[in-house]
Amino acid sequence: MKDVPVLLAALLLLTAQSAFADIGSRIWATGGVTTIEGSAGGGLVPWALLGSYASDEEWGGTLALSRAETDDYTLAVIGAGINWNNRVELTVARQSLDLDALVFTLSNGFGLEQDELNQDIFGAKIRLAGDVLYSPWGQWSAGIQYKRQRDFTVPAAIGARDDSGTDVYFSGSKVFFAALFDRNLLVNATARATRANQGGLLGFGGDRNNSYEVMAEASAGLFLNRRWLVGAEYRQKPDNLGFAGEDDWWDLFVAWVPDRRLAVTAAVVSLGDVATLEDQQGLYLSLQGSF
Amino acid sequence: MTRLISKAAILGLVVTAGLTLAGCQSAPETPEASLYQKLGKRAGIAQIVEDLLFLIVDDERINQQFKGLDVASFHRNLTDQLCQLSGGPCTYSGRGMREVHADMAITDTQFNALTENLILAMEENGVGTGAQNRLLKRLIPLYPDVRNL
Ligand code: HEM
Repeated sequence: MKDVPVLLAALLLLTAQSAFADIGSRIWATGGVTTIEGSAGGGLVPWALLGSYASDEEWGGTLALSRAETDDYTLAVIGAGINWNNRVELTVARQSLDLDALVFTLSNGFGLEQDELNQDIFGAKIRLAGDVLYSPWGQWSAGIQYKRQRDFTVPAAIGARDDSGTDVYFSGSKVFFAALFDRNLLVNATARATRANQGGLLGFGGDRNNSYEVMAEASAGLFLNRRWLVGAEYRQKPDNLGFAGEDDWWDLFVAWVPDRRLAVTAAVVSLGDVATLEDQQGLYLSLQGSF
Repeated sequence: MTRLISKAAILGLVVTAGLTLAGCQSAPETPEASLYQKLGKRAGIAQIVEDLLFLIVDDERINQQFKGLDVASFHRNLTDQLCQLSGGPCTYSGRGMREVHADMAITDTQFNALTENLILAMEENGVGTGAQNRLLKRLIPLYPDVRNL
């Protein structure tokens, strides 16, 4: 992505500038980080938490750059979000998938000359009830992600039905204080109705299945202290395309939140088989600034 | 700079507190008492509450609420409450949480601000992450009362 250096500069500038303004009041790391789809959560799974640190009388925002490099693909994401009163979160994200090795499959098998897939995602999440720290029954949110392919040639060629789609999800998150070795434990569960192939990068719906299915996603993280969170995520996936099987995703992550301005997340991700290329594993790195 | 509670009042209180509280330092070595000990017994908790007061005074999000506070009585009561909650040999003799906070219309922003300041005050006093979490776990059930929900 050519605009990465510019965005990185913007991110640093924003974070530096806003160092003089007030940042939201929620407790450290309770905004989660920015997922690859822009919504607040972990890396792969949206949580019931809303991004930034805005509490009930505040505004907040986030800006994030993420990158996942697996054996045969590179995914780059830029995401931004705002949060009003810790009630509503609005996000945008652009994903760019470098096809690297798949280029040959596409040109030999389909006569397609394309080395990149791009998708835009517009998200909205609303906190329905509860607070992740203070409510005994946790925090509950519902969200949507409207996803739009920027170039549909490849997904269409491999059997995807639509170039846009909307995911709807329902999420619960809860921190259990002093739960394990006197450390705080964050638990999330998400149910997502979706038709997306590989999150939407390979289009929506397909020859094998073309209707909405409900997928289970979950994650858990342990706060070693208020700056370090380690955990794991799991995301169930549909399998709509006859062209290639699709696997569930998982990751192991560590997040460092030195203060409210900055969060750095590193993860080992396993995306399984992706568009005929087998067992995609790799590293994920994400940088988030909050203001 | 306008101060809503004077720092001198907080300092003055420390001296008196130190004198009156020297008597209740010994705690039985039960598992219940171990959190109390990790917080530095009553003297340690009194110090945490004092540092918390300094943080509150400087915090624009909440210091308005504490205008005209009876510093000595607040300090004694909150110290006793945390001491008792952590398993120490103290008895809280202040008013009920809902009764005290009902008219303040405390927001989530303010509740978060106070939680943050308490964590910072514990950090300043070298309280470890585990002990911090255990105290917070015992305070969080008071949330609905404090916010009058
Ligand atoms: C779990 C959280 C809290 C606990 C355990 C707590 C505890 C206490 C205690 C023990 C007292 C003394 C009561 C007495 O002297 O009878 C008190 C008084 C007070 N609290 Fe809280 N409090 C909490 C949250 C808050 C918050 C978030 C605010 C506002 C930002 C607040 C504002 C006050 C004020 C202004 C007083 C003095 C009331 C007076 O003396 O008239 N408290 N609190």
